[in-house]
Amino acid sequence: MWPALNALLWRDVALARKQGGGLGAALSFILAVVVLVPLSVGPDLNLLARLAAGLMWLALLLAVLLTADRIFQQDLEDGTLELMTMAPVPFELVALVKAIAHWLTVSLPLALIAPPLALMLNLDIASLPVLWLAMVAGSLALSLLAALGGAVTAGLRRGGLLISILILPLYVPVLVFGVSATTMMGPQSALPSLLILLAITLVCLVISPLACAAALRAYLR
Amino acid sequence: MQKFANPTLFLKLANALLPFMWLGLFVLFAFGLYGALVTSPADYQQGETVRIMYLHVPAAWVAMMAYGFMAFASAVALIFRHPLADTAAKSAAPIGAVFCFLALATGSIWGKPMWGTWWVWDARLTSMFILMLLYLGYIAIWQAIEDPHLAATITRIVALVGSVILPIIKFSVEWWNTLHQPASVFKMGGPAIDVSMLWVLLIMAMACTLLFFTLLMVSMRSEIASRKLRQIRLQAIRSN
Repeated sequence: MWPALNALLWRDVALARKQGGGLGAALSFILAVVVLVPLSVGPDLNLLARLAAGLMWLALLLAVLLTADRIFQQDLEDGTLELMTMAPVPFELVALVKAIAHWLTVSLPLALIAPPLALMLNLDIASLPVLWLAMVAGSLALSLLAALGGAVTAGLRRGGLLISILILPLYVPVLVFGVSATTMMGPQSALPSLLILLAITLVCLVISPLACAAALRAYLR
Repeated sequence: MQKFANPTLFLKLANALLPFMWLGLFVLFAFGLYGALVTSPADYQQGETVRIMYLHVPAAWVAMMAYGFMAFASAVALIFRHPLADTAAKSAAPIGAVFCFLALATGSIWGKPMWGTWWVWDARLTSMFILMLLYLGYIAIWQAIEDPHLAATITRIVALVGSVILPIIKFSVEWWNTLHQPASVFKMGGPAIDVSMLWVLLIMAMACTLLFFTLLMVSMRSEIASRKLRQIRLQAIRSN
């Protein structure tokens, strides 16, 4: 079972890397936010410092959401997913592996790149490590929820519009605790928020593959 | 429960029950509104605006109950393959969304004189707003998928995931910020609200709950009728 899942993971990572577009589009979206925010709210450094962490979280959420429809749609259209249902691997694990591949190729790189970019918005350098930790801890949950949205709308032609209204409410806890980790000063007081972020990630780790597999099976029937 | 899986039996039951439900609604709203608008005292702090509570609080309760009902019906549909459960969940969503909107709108009208603003980003308001978004997403999925069986399966998943995540959203938002008053009816050590107001509130809550179920039955009835119409039309085309 493990060799098959391993192969699937590297297939998805290779496809995402060779096809391009996913990470590039998301990254340019974050860059656009970083450039446009000072133009829209004014270059006041104190104001920007207060907004920086929240804005980077928002940019991360929306950038991950941009790529959500790529996770399952292509494989559903060309019949790859149908073959995977016949593989000797539980279909839930297939869905989980595809979500993890999305995490490795989109969410995790973005979570690593976004905090340094926040320095351009005058983020306090002392809160940089906490923002980094929080984003890495929350990014897997973001990918899992994006996979859920992608699976539920996989067979629809205009799925992208629906994903945002379905998934944005579910992103609320990640956003709330992610931001609260960075607004608390010092690493000690950020710990509870980080732990809750991890807990949310674990909850998503259980729910998302089950729901993804159920939705995809409905489309494949 | 399986007995009423047969739509004809359900229609019979609904047709028999509905007149009594309308009558009960009339009586409950007559008592409740009379109590709310005439006999209940004005609040010593809030004055006459406290009467908004008699619509605001029941609407918020019913909006949450409706989502619970929707999730329960989806679970029943998923586990027992009950053919009417999907119809029930589908019909409950718009009604729940309207109650949610009503709670938000009356809260906003109440908030203007009390807090001095139409809207604040407080925990309860935000979580109610998110509930509204979940309702809209659920309805949008029903609209987006043409095949009714596929739509039923996908919406079941959406409703159940929403019901799991909703408490997490609620608590996360509650941690974040709070201005809205905490629960004052269902809490440890009895309600913190005066009896003269409490009984009116409870009657209005019963009236709103009954209104939800009455509208649900009407909506389910018309849903079944429209399904039948579609079949008749298809048959007519086939026989030509």
